[in-house]
Amino acid sequence: MIVGEQKPIAEIKEIVAPYDKLLVLGCGTCVKTCFAGGDDEVAVLSSALRLAFKKDGKKIEIEELTIERQCENEFIQEAAPAIARNDAVLSLACGAGVQDIARLFVKTPVLPGVNTTFIGIQEKTGVFTEECSGCGNCELAVFGGICPITRCSKKLLNGPCGGSQNGKCEVNPDIDCAWQLIIERLGMLGQLDNLKKYIPPKNWSTSNSGGPRKLVREDHII
Amino acid sequence: MNTETPSKLQQVLSNGQFAVTAECGPPRGADPEVVRKKAGLLKGCVDAVNVTDNQTAIVRMSSIAASTHLLQAGLEPVMQMVVRDRNRIALQSDIMGAWSLGIKNILCLSGDHQSFGSQPDALNVFDIDSMNLVRMVKDMRDEGRDMSGFELKGPPRMFIGAAANPFADPFEYRVIRLAKKIDAGADFIQTQCVYNMDRFKEWMRLAAEEGLTEKVHILAGVTPLKSVPMAKFMANKVAGMDVPDSLIKRMAGVPKEKAVEEGMKICLETIAELQEIKGIHGVHIMAIGWEEKVSEIVQGAGLASRP
Repeated sequence: MIVGEQKPIAEIKEIVAPYDKLLVLGCGTCVKTCFAGGDDEVAVLSSALRLAFKKDGKKIEIEELTIERQCENEFIQEAAPAIARNDAVLSLACGAGVQDIARLFVKTPVLPGVNTTFIGIQEKTGVFTEECSGCGNCELAVFGGICPITRCSKKLLNGPCGGSQNGKCEVNPDIDCAWQLIIERLGMLGQLDNLKKYIPPKNWSTSNSGGPRKLVREDHII
Repeated sequence: MNTETPSKLQQVLSNGQFAVTAECGPPRGADPEVVRKKAGLLKGCVDAVNVTDNQTAIVRMSSIAASTHLLQAGLEPVMQMVVRDRNRIALQSDIMGAWSLGIKNILCLSGDHQSFGSQPDALNVFDIDSMNLVRMVKDMRDEGRDMSGFELKGPPRMFIGAAANPFADPFEYRVIRLAKKIDAGADFIQTQCVYNMDRFKEWMRLAAEEGLTEKVHILAGVTPLKSVPMAKFMANKVAGMDVPDSLIKRMAGVPKEKAVEEGMKICLETIAELQEIKGIHGVHIMAIGWEEKVSEIVQGAGLASRP
């Protein structure tokens, strides 16, 4: 999923302050799962904003709405009437959701309420970890299912570096050394020979380095 | 076993002489005098001098420029180059530029992560890794081509070094990694500082068993300890460093004013022991910010007569 984290209330307050009528728009998929922008967060944040502005003596009308996904037109249209009757939208979706709303409602300011952090998993309740960089050319087969591009602090393809100690990364003792994990996993799979292979420089042209990416599925274009 | 280059360091190693290299950290400023002063302290007592590339991710004079100052002072630089700050385009360009200035040795490194440095907000690059860098320099030299396959007019012909850390984990992988670096094109290896001699010898034994010591020149790293706090700092705070308790105790066992002397003694004993290990072809003395000690170490170790 796309993992996100709600922005600090002070920052949100500052960016929504110029508007009198605000729609706080939640997204019911990824950011709901990571407690950043689902219906619960929309309710809590809206109450907090109302209170904060009331304290300042500023009148602001806040409407709450959560749709299934802010990255799909079908769901976004459900929010169209609410968007039309407000001055601005505070989107609690990831950056893609914010931009899709902005793209479809060109005259409405769409503001981000969430910092999009990474593509990751919920390792356990409340703990999210980054697993994928979306490089566009998955090489997990060689690395025992553990991505060194995302999980090694130096993106080493022929790691580990000299800073790996007791299974931890030199950058931060909270980070597992991805290469330690790769080696252990390849051991379990009986594929330790993979480690001897020279992995050539990565072709980054399929990643964001090649510019914004586009995927066209001719077979699905109507 | 290696492609011949005009490197003097290579000549020393090929002749079977025990090589001595040291380190020179460029200044946090643009004054070449600082480099020249360090050059003065190192001249005549070492075969080559490593010039660090923004080590610990702190911005300093570039290693190419500082290497050039060393050249002008009559020393042979080993230009360190990290993949943290440059993509493959910049790396290849800088290597050609360095060669054009007369730099004949390179040490290929990943580089300390920027989070350790003075500008942790920086974006890192890591377009390729240090293994890829070794191969890239080798291909430029031996095939005369850049990474795109383009035939270079006057390719750089550098003597290629890589680092090895026998003290990092997982231990059993460290020899495989050494083998990979040699396959990628490393002519010489400079190791992390040796304090844990038992572990170092075990690593060398495994490397010899794999036939690796026949394929590459290994220079063992040494750093004289100055004090007990320094020893403890190295043991606990420096990633990938292994300073055994027994050494810290030994340092603590002498009065404070004798600590430097004891550290020197340990360093010289280490060098003597390293010289006895089959496959060790030299020492790399890392005394950054303490360059005046290098000549004392070299003389103390009986390695003073450099060719």
